[in-house]
Amino acid sequence: MDPVTIGLRTFDLAAVPLRSVNALLHGRPVDGHAPLAIDEAVELVNPRGAHAVAVGLDAPRSVRVAGHVGYYAAGMNQRADVVIEGNAGVGVAENMMSGSVTVRGNASQSAGATAHGGLLVVEGDAAARCGISMKGVDIVVGGSIGHMSAFMAQAGRLVVRGDAGEALGDSLYEARLYVRGSVASLGADCVAKPMRDEHLEELAGLLKAAGYEDDDPAEYTRYGSARTLYHFHADNTY
Amino acid sequence: MCGIVGLHLRDPGLYPRLGELLTGMLCEMSERGADSAGVAVYGDPTWTPPGRVAVSFLTHPDHQDPATGGLASVVAAPDAATILGTELGEPVAVNAAGPTLVAHVPAATGTQALRDAVRTCWPGALIAGFGEHVAVLKGVGHPQQLAQAYGLPGAQGWQGVGHTRMATESAVTPGGCHPYAVGPDQCLVHNGSFSNHATIRRDLRATGHAFDSANDTEVGARFVADRLAAGYDVETALKELTTTFDGFYTLLVSNADSFAVVRDAIACKPAVIAEHPRWVAMASEYRALVGLPGIEEARLYEPEPERIYAWTR
Repeated sequence: MDPVTIGLRTFDLAAVPLRSVNALLHGRPVDGHAPLAIDEAVELVNPRGAHAVAVGLDAPRSVRVAGHVGYYAAGMNQRADVVIEGNAGVGVAENMMSGSVTVRGNASQSAGATAHGGLLVVEGDAAARCGISMKGVDIVVGGSIGHMSAFMAQAGRLVVRGDAGEALGDSLYEARLYVRGSVASLGADCVAKPMRDEHLEELAGLLKAAGYEDDDPAEYTRYGSARTLYHFHADNTY
Repeated sequence: MCGIVGLHLRDPGLYPRLGELLTGMLCEMSERGADSAGVAVYGDPTWTPPGRVAVSFLTHPDHQDPATGGLASVVAAPDAATILGTELGEPVAVNAAGPTLVAHVPAATGTQALRDAVRTCWPGALIAGFGEHVAVLKGVGHPQQLAQAYGLPGAQGWQGVGHTRMATESAVTPGGCHPYAVGPDQCLVHNGSFSNHATIRRDLRATGHAFDSANDTEVGARFVADRLAAGYDVETALKELTTTFDGFYTLLVSNADSFAVVRDAIACKPAVIAEHPRWVAMASEYRALVGLPGIEEARLYEPEPERIYAWTR
């Protein structure tokens, strides 16, 4: 046997129903299929843009998806490491708790939405609303991000190696945003902040984790909340 | 929700496969809208042969025959040909395409005479589309059943557009079914909802436009048709649409020689474009594009908000 394939199970999504594959990944029995060992790596071929591929995983498992996926791929992930060898549709890794999700291509809107933990890496571009309402996840985007990204972001770090679209970080709470390129415009209450030593160190760690250790953290600008929306101001009423 | 698909063929070698490819795309979008589905096909040799002009219509759009589930025309095609021929005083060819009929006459007769004849013979008729190149097929039902009823898998041509509808703001009728094809060889499909359509409808009515439905998308189509009739090119017309219409939209707008995509500033309604040397395709979701020949080599991207993407023949 090829040593690389030891402990690797391949499922063809053109032949095996997605619900069966997801059930096996959740550790539930499926007729006609041997259960997966707890740490058995999985490869999914022919995803053909299907929605909800590899959602709700809760085991320290490596999952590789060979192709483009539809909505909510690897959503709610806990502990698993999912690699998508293609583009991802709306809401990839939405509400991730831990583990990692890597998209080799581009991601559509709302990548990493509401995610609490783990690491999301999009090697291409991410579209609008990347990291919307993020609650602790780390997101590293190799390319650029679209408008309204990190809207109401509460915690976590968003790193963008390219440019950011309009209204970055609108109504931001305590998430930290690092952008290397230009920002089309900042959203309400989002401001540029100085890069102190702890930020350079934090950013270097995130870039390294995402495979971009050759980037110079000093080229990035930090953005965060001006904290002027935290409390009621009579001037803000209509 | 609603689903949109469009295919603009660059390689004439694929023209015979247009209907087959469009059927696969449309049916994949069934879950996005299962109450009705319509298509526009450009260049089918049966529906719109060269040298002729065609009108697509439903004789009784508000009557659904229980015997056919609304999947066949209330008036049979040969009967419609006889009735229209008598009215026009010249032979009229009529093809059945599920609930829609597609009639054609020599180009010299013109679409206006044929449209007038349809309206005289069946005062409640819905004109689904007209022109030299386009056949527009509408109906109520599941996209898969409608695609078969239309005979879509066998259709040929150089461009096709389809829409699967999940109605949100007007009735589930053939009149509410997209595409809206209100100018010659023009066609518009929409995923989303316009919020200020009533105001714009009043403005258009005041300048003489008549409407077939209470549907918001029809307002967008008549707005574009109005601007094209005034001499605008498609890009200028759509630019004005983005500054006039409020709401959510991904639009696919086609006419005899162009194919264009535009999204609103918020861009929450999805869209994926794929470009290949042999074709350009657009769909609400990537999965609708999976069956296109050479999809692995195509350049895939999401259209940016308020940017107009247009291709010409």
